[in-house]
Amino acid sequence: MNSAATLSVRNLSIMFGGVHAVEDVSFDVNSGEVFAIIGPNGAGKSTIFNLISRLYEPSAGSIHYGDHDLLKLPAHRVVQTGIARTFQNIELFEQATVLQNLLVGRHNKMSRNPFSNFAFLPGVKKSELEHRRKVEDIIDLLELARYREERIADLPYGARKNVELARALCAEPSLLLLDEPASGLNNEETDDVGFWLEDIKHDLGVTLVMVEHDMNLVGSIADRVMAINDGRLITIGTPDEVRNNPEVQQAYLGVSE
Amino acid sequence: MQVLFKTRYEDDIRFLAKTGEKVRVGLVVALLLAAPFYLPNYYLGELGLLLVYAIAGIGLMILTGHTGQVSFGHAAFLGIGAYCHSILLSHGVPFSLSVILTALLCGMVGMALGRSASRMHGFYLAIATMAFLILVETLLGEWETLTGGHAGFKVPKLAIFGQPMKAVWQQYYVDLFFIFIVVLGASNLFRSPTGRSFLAVRDSELSARSLGVNVEWVKIQSFGISATITGLAGILLAHHLSYLSPEVFGVLESLKLMLMIVVGGLGSILGAIFGAILVSLLPIAISFLKDILPPVIGQQAGLEPLLFGLIIVLFVLFEPQGIYGRWVKLRFFFETFPYYRKSSFVRQKSYLKTERMR
Repeated sequence: MNSAATLSVRNLSIMFGGVHAVEDVSFDVNSGEVFAIIGPNGAGKSTIFNLISRLYEPSAGSIHYGDHDLLKLPAHRVVQTGIARTFQNIELFEQATVLQNLLVGRHNKMSRNPFSNFAFLPGVKKSELEHRRKVEDIIDLLELARYREERIADLPYGARKNVELARALCAEPSLLLLDEPASGLNNEETDDVGFWLEDIKHDLGVTLVMVEHDMNLVGSIADRVMAINDGRLITIGTPDEVRNNPEVQQAYLGVSE
Repeated sequence: MQVLFKTRYEDDIRFLAKTGEKVRVGLVVALLLAAPFYLPNYYLGELGLLLVYAIAGIGLMILTGHTGQVSFGHAAFLGIGAYCHSILLSHGVPFSLSVILTALLCGMVGMALGRSASRMHGFYLAIATMAFLILVETLLGEWETLTGGHAGFKVPKLAIFGQPMKAVWQQYYVDLFFIFIVVLGASNLFRSPTGRSFLAVRDSELSARSLGVNVEWVKIQSFGISATITGLAGILLAHHLSYLSPEVFGVLESLKLMLMIVVGGLGSILGAIFGAILVSLLPIAISFLKDILPPVIGQQAGLEPLLFGLIIVLFVLFEPQGIYGRWVKLRFFFETFPYYRKSSFVRQKSYLKTERMR
């Protein structure tokens, strides 16, 4: 076991009906690195994310983050350990404004007693202002200022992706799970995302784990890459090693006979 | 066109930021406060009843419009509120204490319902809440020793701090006081974390959960708050009815509440109030209509439900955002005159989310 590992996944498996969606996958993510998970469609990449964020219950294995045994926590407590995530199909709060979405990102850090909220006691107002300040930092970082008051339903796709990233950052995570941060974005937007992820890594010191198909993005920012196929781990290595691995090529392109 | 320059974060938290809003709300409050001076007693009573329904509507709005949990059982909370309060009063409990105890009871029953309903969605939730309503209605009817059963229960006269409140205007001010508290509190809720977590659960349980929102607990809270507010409306309703019988709090009453918030506009407190205005004014308008229309049409039985139904159909077809949506457009028209275009409010189609995860 790697001593610098913050997230360590051991022998993780989950079955849907009779299908092994993830089977016996183990990996470590080191603090401060960018770790990418690649694989063909249906390989189980997003399932691994859903297992880490406790939306699925694994049939075997363990997930530890720092000193926390994640399998002992319900889904809504995972964020308190410092893990935030984005979703493949954007899961924003559609009828709320960007600002409200980002403030929900800070939900677990705010006092939320319904009685004091109902009366809007001075303490509630003070905490609203404090957290608003934190949210504004993220808005600055991701250049969302012009969307601040817009409803999500009125935003273009690219902006929604950014808002979702921003919302995850508002939780002040130490580990960020990004489910296809560049899917559906054009080249320019993908480059932007690449820069932002670098910024997030360096300035905020966040460890990044991402599922991504865009190999240019993966190659340019990932330190290590894990390739999986049919729920099984193929290899873990640097982007170049993984790209040149014959088994990985087989998984993507099929077997040559 | 008014542009609002915000220079402090407080500007986003403040109510009534624009001058226009201040004027409008000020005007409405002034008109409401002065109502006893210019309205005859009959209409003042009707206005008080309108306020009571607005309170009930806000209660249901928080649950259905803001948290996304359908309830066809909210008349039950009106009933529990009305009966509990009347029974306590008839045992000599003072008004203020009775209100607190009744609100507590409604809140707890609401939370219990929320606890059992927190894993249900859509259709199943609608059925479950309706079953709850039928249960409560039956209980109110059969528990004769406590509620007087179908023979009815006489509501003791309204008296606050030992001071009898017999006049219509006194009762009206009591209604006004409560709706003021409820509107203020509900608005507060949605500028603080609790309300935002409601919206989060409505729009995506999945990401709410991953951001640390305890979805089950939020639903329980929402049911509790909603039931408390609707229970308050029940208390006030009891004094308007002055004679309670279980049939009043049946499925039809629930549908009326649901109609109010759907036609008013889901997801806004103002929508609930608009809905209450419509539902209260319609019968009055219809009784006017009856005099004007030729007797062949005017004297037909079922004119009222027909018009109610027609209005719902028209709203669902042409303005799913309800009266509130109309109001937003009208306001936008004047604020941006002459730049308003028909396409100003054309939205990208978005489809209801399915539960992909389980």
